[in-house]
Amino acid sequence: MEVSTEYAVQMHGITKLFGSFCALDHVDLDVKKGSIHAVLGENGAGKSTLMNILYGLYQADSGEIYINGKKAEIKNPNTAIGHGIGMVHQHFMLVDNFTVTQNIILGNEVTGKFGIIDTKKAREEIIGIVKKYGLEVDPDAKIEDISVGMQQRVEILKALYRGADLLILDEPTAVLTPQEIEELIEIMRSLISGGKTIIIITHKLKEIKASSDVCTIIRRGHSIDTVPVADVDEEQLATMMVGHAVKLVVEKAPAKPGDVIFEIENLTVKNERGLEAVRNLSLKIRRGEILGIAGIDGNGQKELVEAITCLTRAQSGTIKINGVEIQNTTPRNVIDHKVSTIHEDRQRRGLVLPFTVAENAVIEKYRTPEFTRRGMIDRSRMTGFARRLIEDYDIRPAGCESQPVRGLSGGNQQKVIIAREISNEPELLIAVQPTRGLDVGAVEYVHKMLVRERDAGRAVLLISLELDEIMNVADTIGVIYAGSIVASFPQGKVDENTIGLLMAGGRLNETGSEST
Amino acid sequence: MKLAAKVLKKPIASTLIAVLFGFIVAAVVLVAAGYNPGQSFGALFHGIFAKPKYISNVIIKATPIILTGLSVAFAFQTGLFNIGAEGQYIAGAVAAVLVGVKLDLPPVLQIPVVVMAGVLGGTLFGWIVGYLKARFGIHEVITSIMLNWIGLYLSNFVVASGTYHMPNSTSTYPVNPSSYTMLLPNWKTSKAGMAALKPHQWLYEVMLKTDVNFGFLVAVLMAAIIWYLLYRSAKGYELRAVGFNRDAAEFAGINVNKNITDAMVIAGALAGLAGALAITGTAPHKISTLAAFENNGFNGLSVALIAGSSPIGCIFAGLLFGGLLYGGQSVQQDVGAPTEIINIMIGTIVFFVALTKIVPVLAEKLEKRGAGHVQ
Amino acid sequence: MFSKLLLLIGITMMYSTPLVFGALGGVVSERSGVVNIGIEGMMTMGAFTGASVSYFTGNPWLGFLAAGVAGGLVALLHAIASVTFNADQTISGIAINLIGPGFALFFCRLLFKDATMTPPVATLPRLFGEDAFAGTPAANLNVDVTVVLGLIATVFIWFILYKTKWGLRIRSVGEHPAASDTLGINVGRTRYSCVLASGVLSGFGGASMTLAIISQFNPTAISGQGFIALAAVIFGKWTPYGAYGACLLFGLAQALTVVLGGSDSGVSIPSQILAMLPYFLTIVVLILFVGRSVAPKADGLPYEKGER
Repeated sequence: MEVSTEYAVQMHGITKLFGSFCALDHVDLDVKKGSIHAVLGENGAGKSTLMNILYGLYQADSGEIYINGKKAEIKNPNTAIGHGIGMVHQHFMLVDNFTVTQNIILGNEVTGKFGIIDTKKAREEIIGIVKKYGLEVDPDAKIEDISVGMQQRVEILKALYRGADLLILDEPTAVLTPQEIEELIEIMRSLISGGKTIIIITHKLKEIKASSDVCTIIRRGHSIDTVPVADVDEEQLATMMVGHAVKLVVEKAPAKPGDVIFEIENLTVKNERGLEAVRNLSLKIRRGEILGIAGIDGNGQKELVEAITCLTRAQSGTIKINGVEIQNTTPRNVIDHKVSTIHEDRQRRGLVLPFTVAENAVIEKYRTPEFTRRGMIDRSRMTGFARRLIEDYDIRPAGCESQPVRGLSGGNQQKVIIAREISNEPELLIAVQPTRGLDVGAVEYVHKMLVRERDAGRAVLLISLELDEIMNVADTIGVIYAGSIVASFPQGKVDENTIGLLMAGGRLNETGSEST
Repeated sequence: MKLAAKVLKKPIASTLIAVLFGFIVAAVVLVAAGYNPGQSFGALFHGIFAKPKYISNVIIKATPIILTGLSVAFAFQTGLFNIGAEGQYIAGAVAAVLVGVKLDLPPVLQIPVVVMAGVLGGTLFGWIVGYLKARFGIHEVITSIMLNWIGLYLSNFVVASGTYHMPNSTSTYPVNPSSYTMLLPNWKTSKAGMAALKPHQWLYEVMLKTDVNFGFLVAVLMAAIIWYLLYRSAKGYELRAVGFNRDAAEFAGINVNKNITDAMVIAGALAGLAGALAITGTAPHKISTLAAFENNGFNGLSVALIAGSSPIGCIFAGLLFGGLLYGGQSVQQDVGAPTEIINIMIGTIVFFVALTKIVPVLAEKLEKRGAGHVQ
Repeated sequence: MFSKLLLLIGITMMYSTPLVFGALGGVVSERSGVVNIGIEGMMTMGAFTGASVSYFTGNPWLGFLAAGVAGGLVALLHAIASVTFNADQTISGIAINLIGPGFALFFCRLLFKDATMTPPVATLPRLFGEDAFAGTPAANLNVDVTVVLGLIATVFIWFILYKTKWGLRIRSVGEHPAASDTLGINVGRTRYSCVLASGVLSGFGGASMTLAIISQFNPTAISGQGFIALAAVIFGKWTPYGAYGACLLFGLAQALTVVLGGSDSGVSIPSQILAMLPYFLTIVVLILFVGRSVAPKADGLPYEKGER
């Protein structure tokens, strides 16, 4: 394509190698001024790498970049900022114990004499931008005290404060509620009418349809196509992204729930700061049933899981598995009562990264007579067990039982955890954000596993921030807000908007008035 | 290229490179200060290998630092930084003296009791650190540093106290000879013993001129035991899981606090054992007033680092260290260069150990580049 | 009683000053994300350099400055290892603790005919001149000028860290280097500056021992102060004032041992038991008041750009 001032950015023939791995192979991207341009691809397709090159975090091995029709050398984020490029990273780049203002001005401070920061002036400047684009946020709040949606606004403000004309948003909706997503799309529109250009990186098809004008699809380091969004439907986009036709809906038979085996009554849990994060929460799960908990991050999901697994004390209330109370005992006791948990933070809570796959596979049962005799671990049994899991769950690379789990891909690490937890033959299987950061194929696999375990008669508790996941997999949907389950329905009885409203603290009988 | 990469990937390669750099830097410093490095290193090696008794003394010198090295290495493997081996060593020596001076049983009983007393002394110090970390979350480095000093003054207190102080000296009474762990301490100085040893000049020199003792064998045995404990036992699995990832271990039902305390107890016991064996195994079999630390524990830190925290590696690193420390004395005697050149050398080795952690990474890159060319 | 109190204050100030400099060094370095366990080695180098430069030039101020330079040079090694090579900062720090005293004693033997101590050297002045208030209890308050320098340095570091743009950047690099990097802040250069500053401060700390308190260098001039300073950093929760307070507390405990150990104190506690007091007290205070202290998030972690 020709270089022209009509375009805010043109990237031509971009190639990037990591060692011998080719992350990008002659990729092209042309973004028209004043448009919202989506870059679609699976995890690992290379879309983040492409944007990191545009933002100067990586250098391309070959290819050219033109900004407003002029060739640009982007050596580091500073030159990118100088060219009016701003980036909102998927994992927010915010200093937790700094205020909003401090985060925004960092590296570009308003100073008086002797380098003293003029906080007052900085605040005024920020409030000016806040008002112009309708980005409500308290400039004096600390980052650790504000919601994820707010944090994202801070990131956008950071870019605008630096005079960005082109904003790159990397997976901006991953952690937002449907309402927050709508707000974000509105903000994007107001930015466009203020003369900005936006590139949005995502693998979510619905949002592309809702927000973008043009979409470029990247697959395994190649640019596949660039299409006007109005001309294609979601299925077509998905096919281009994955390379073959995909089913977007999980296939499952209707649930055949049995007796209630897991029950929480009036549970109250305090968080690290001593505030009640879970309040009077009650729920029940039957055999053969998947209960999905939908909710915005920070509404007590973390504390709920910590209380069930006895990492945190419950202030009051009971947690019963098969009629036995397990609250305020030990993690060991919970495991012994046949509760298995796939934790959302697989690298922090789920795995010991320097341990081998085999060592990780037995972390809950190394003390059992199967693996330990007279205090010594039977290593051949341990590796044998791991080998079976690797085969049964198709963990790759095959024969990795003696390799450190650190070397496995994210999807395979997750498989190790799933295999291990299911091998405990639990009565209750808890899955928290089980598909976070996994690509489409792996997501499908995890969902299939959850359904399989349900069909094997286990109770499954699925907690996810992705509403689509809950809608697709759960048999019963509970909505958590401010530490309580505010409503629950059988799957299929209510639509996504209603649930989204409940997640944001709305009430059912006000649905009609508030959703407008 | 591939072979080079493969060799460089082995941990031992990094260590050897670090040792080489230690010598190079020492040589540069010596030249700059006007000494002949060849001569100096000659004196060093002469001081290590020239006579059987030198070699014996190197091993004796290495014994305590192998054990304190093991203590530090073990703690590293369980995610703890045991900067307190120094204090635990002192506690072990003090406890051994406390019991060994007062008690006089037949050697079969006396030796185990005195050594166990030392082990318990070190264990107590280690336990305090572990308990305070597990119960109150106090950083082990702070408590360890404080306990090092408390140990030093405790030792001086015992030296000065009535029933232990040997008049007209700056030390305690020695422990009773029934506590000695030298090889045949009575026989070798008896007439029969001397007569039997006389024909074997080598043996005669080693036996009579140095304190050949069982400590080194114990140290080697402990290295093997610690290796087995860490990598083969269920307890070791737990300790390492807690060390690598406390959160995951906790989540999997492992009692984190208990393992932190246990790890410090074991680490303390090893350093205490080092202190006890130094009392029972080598002259003067007593403790003296300390003006500053003797560095038996701090040297253990360097040993553990050079060994890459491998229990077996500690044996060799300890011997290297013992050699440098003992042979280093000859550098000053023979060449006149300050013995501190040895400290500079050891420091440089440790410094390059820190740097050479990246050697395997470089090797991997080298390998990948090679692979890239093939494609 | 009143004069005892003044004596206590005077000695507290005296003992805490070398620690204050060392601890400030620790705060600066760790706030930028580099663990500095090598304060002891940097202080020893400073102690020796300060004393010997003062001896040969007769100018203690020159000695004091030279001590800062020497500390900075040692710190340069630590910076090279931990920033340029992303090496293990703990190991590098331990190496510094071997190399620093090694070089100090090596040079000492070279310069002073094989002796491991320097002759007495010209020292820094006292606050109100050498003989002010001589003979009165107030003489106890005529502290070394280094005491005041330590206080000024504390306020200065606080000012830099919390009021200026450089401080904001330093703290951001210690908390979230990747975020700083994306905003165009040079993580490596920031950390280099902080580690070097840490060495300079530690060097001053060493010199405030040899140029004010003991007026010569010897092998035990710096024996453990660097480690106590390290503890003070953690104890003071990585803030300049907190670290200063921790050092004062430690100095006070040492002063108590001196005052209580005096022949006229009327207390008969063995001196060795008294000597344990500061260390014992630190542990007790930690148990009672501090609990878990939280380090800067990226403290001790090398920053590597996200290559695969």
